[in-house]
Amino acid sequence: MITIKNLHASIDGKEILKGLNLEVKAGEVHAIMGPNGAGKSTLASVLAGREEYEITEGSVDFDGQDLLELSTEDRAREGLFLAFQYPIEIPGVSNINFLRTSLNEIRDYKGEEQISAKDFMALVREKSALVELDAKLASRSVNEGFSGGEKKRNEIFQMAMLNPKLSILDETDSGLDIDALRIVANGVNKLKSPENATIVITHYQRLLDYIVPDVVHVLYNGKIVKSGPKELALELEEKGYDWIKAEVDAQ
Amino acid sequence: MNELIQESKVAAFVEHLPQTMLAIDKELVSKAIATIKTTDFPTTRTEAWKYTRLARIAAISTANQTAREGKNLSREDIHSSYQITKDGLTFVFENGVFRSDLSSGEFPAGATIKPLTGCTKEELAIVGKSLTLENEVFNAMNTAYAVDGMYISIQDKAIIDAPIQLIHLITGKNTVSNLRNIIQIGKFAKAEIMQSYFALDAEASFTNVVTEVIVAENAHLTINKLQYEEEGNYHISTEQVDQAKDSTFTINTMSLNGTLVRNNLNIEVNGVNCMTNLHGAYVLKSNQHVDNHTIVDHKQPHCESNELYKGVMDEKSTGVFNGKVFVRKDAQKINAFQSNGNVLLSDDASINSKPELEIYADDVKCSHGSTTGQLDEEAVFYLRARGISEKSARHLMVSAFIEDVVTKIENEAFLNYTHSLLKERFGWDF
Ligand SMILES: Nc1ncnc2c1ncn2[C@@H]1O[C@H](COP(=O)(O)OP(=O)(O)O)[C@@H](O)[C@H]1O
Ligand SMILES: [Mg+2]
Repeated sequence: MITIKNLHASIDGKEILKGLNLEVKAGEVHAIMGPNGAGKSTLASVLAGREEYEITEGSVDFDGQDLLELSTEDRAREGLFLAFQYPIEIPGVSNINFLRTSLNEIRDYKGEEQISAKDFMALVREKSALVELDAKLASRSVNEGFSGGEKKRNEIFQMAMLNPKLSILDETDSGLDIDALRIVANGVNKLKSPENATIVITHYQRLLDYIVPDVVHVLYNGKIVKSGPKELALELEEKGYDWIKAEVDAQ
Repeated sequence: MNELIQESKVAAFVEHLPQTMLAIDKELVSKAIATIKTTDFPTTRTEAWKYTRLARIAAISTANQTAREGKNLSREDIHSSYQITKDGLTFVFENGVFRSDLSSGEFPAGATIKPLTGCTKEELAIVGKSLTLENEVFNAMNTAYAVDGMYISIQDKAIIDAPIQLIHLITGKNTVSNLRNIIQIGKFAKAEIMQSYFALDAEASFTNVVTEVIVAENAHLTINKLQYEEEGNYHISTEQVDQAKDSTFTINTMSLNGTLVRNNLNIEVNGVNCMTNLHGAYVLKSNQHVDNHTIVDHKQPHCESNELYKGVMDEKSTGVFNGKVFVRKDAQKINAFQSNGNVLLSDDASINSKPELEIYADDVKCSHGSTTGQLDEEAVFYLRARGISEKSARHLMVSAFIEDVVTKIENEAFLNYTHSLLKERFGWDF
């Protein structure tokens, strides 16, 4: 699905990603954990195509395509989805209106027909129910006046609407109470299929009780420094990151 | 430049215009002519015209104004291209001249609606009553050279449900149209008026329209105004409004086309318990210039005024907003809100925004604010990350911004028509 090789990225002349390697196959769930400031959101931003970052080295192959050559919108149209760590509020632009535009532009890109109003509304009903998002919120301005939990659920609602190949969830668990966490995780699990893949970025282990990863990676100082089975998350929860930092710094 | 040369500029401008044939007070006309003789076109040194240059209007060669044939148009043409709603009454003017052949023949009960050329001296006695001529060259020009306009008088207690639609078309090159409207809404009466301005094969033409409005005790008036004259033409519009107690006056001004547009709204709130709503949208591109000058003068207590203007400027366009709210010494318990928001879509676009409050009473609630910014790039990125092209993302954001004020329009037909023009000119969907 996605193969990242020796990725180096910097912002304002400061190198943040320093040779990152990662491979995720269809049907898999990978967790990326790591201390604050390690570069997790940077990785997500670079993959989504944020232009402020300069890619100085490395490559990203997304289902046979050179991802780094695509514009942000084309990445999304090819099936990459980023659930933002801090979803932005867009006053005046309704969720519904924007999602219809989004779906239709994606369909247009693939040479498919526009979605009918009826099918669209049916899809909205089905997918908002999946994340237990109030239908009223679905038609309000994007994230405007939403609580933290509602914003995160709205991200997963959008993900459900767009049905991406690869979803990257950036700290979707932060700021969620246990109920909301369960709802979000449940939504993600229901969307899982052998054809798609998920990267879950988090720095708490608790989300991984609900979304069980196939592989856990530790991102530290701009690199994946350790990878292991899901038990690695529990070990990190227990021992923190200092032992990893020590391991890396010793090398 | 010395006085004499400047004076001859206006004199030359009006030289070929036929003096008004309307049955208005002769003394008023003489006064207007005298004003023109001693007043020049304002320059940017005049505070009220600081950001609006009139050189292009002054440069119009105004000879050959007479003997102009009316355009060959049918009611169907009006209907298909300019009529905003089939309901109601439609009156069409071309270059200030009434086109009865294109206008409605029916009139609702409880109202007198006719062109000014058909009005008596008595009916026109109110012309110029509260309009300032001194130093106001366009008001004076309109008074001395008004060709025609609409006289709308709604009787006390008459509720006119269907909108009264005034369509003004400019045609031809270097045409000068002085249009004068009189609107009187009687006590406890209610009406809605649409004014729309279009150009048809017009070039370097100038519309100077003055509308005098009297809203009597407990009356309700809404004016929906649409300015869509093509680029290359100039438009100055003045609304002089007098509100009596318990009345409501609302005006929605949509300025979407035209090279130079200046709107003067002068609202005198002369009674207690009034409601005044001023909403405006200006969406500009190329080298368009739109200047909104508004004055709300609260002279009596217990009134409310709400003012919201929003603008989007692209390419080399420029906007001006100057909103003055006066609250006089004895006008206690006034709630006055004023807000102006602008988005600049290009580095070459600009806005001069100046909201002003002058408060002489002590028990009032007033607020004003002005914002100018670029589009939120984070939001643009968010939309693109959902597969929306950069262009559509910007359109979504800009239309959301302007929609906030456009949707103040309550009349659905007028709202839809405004949307269709935004789509036609800017490619926006709503
Ligand atoms: N715009 C920026 N300019 C400079 N440094 C930045 C910028 N954004 C993030 N950083 C730095 O990049 C590093 C990684 O940040 P981030 O990817 O957000 O970490 P994480 O998501 O792992 O907590 C941090 O040291 C942060 O300070
Ligand atoms: Mg982060």
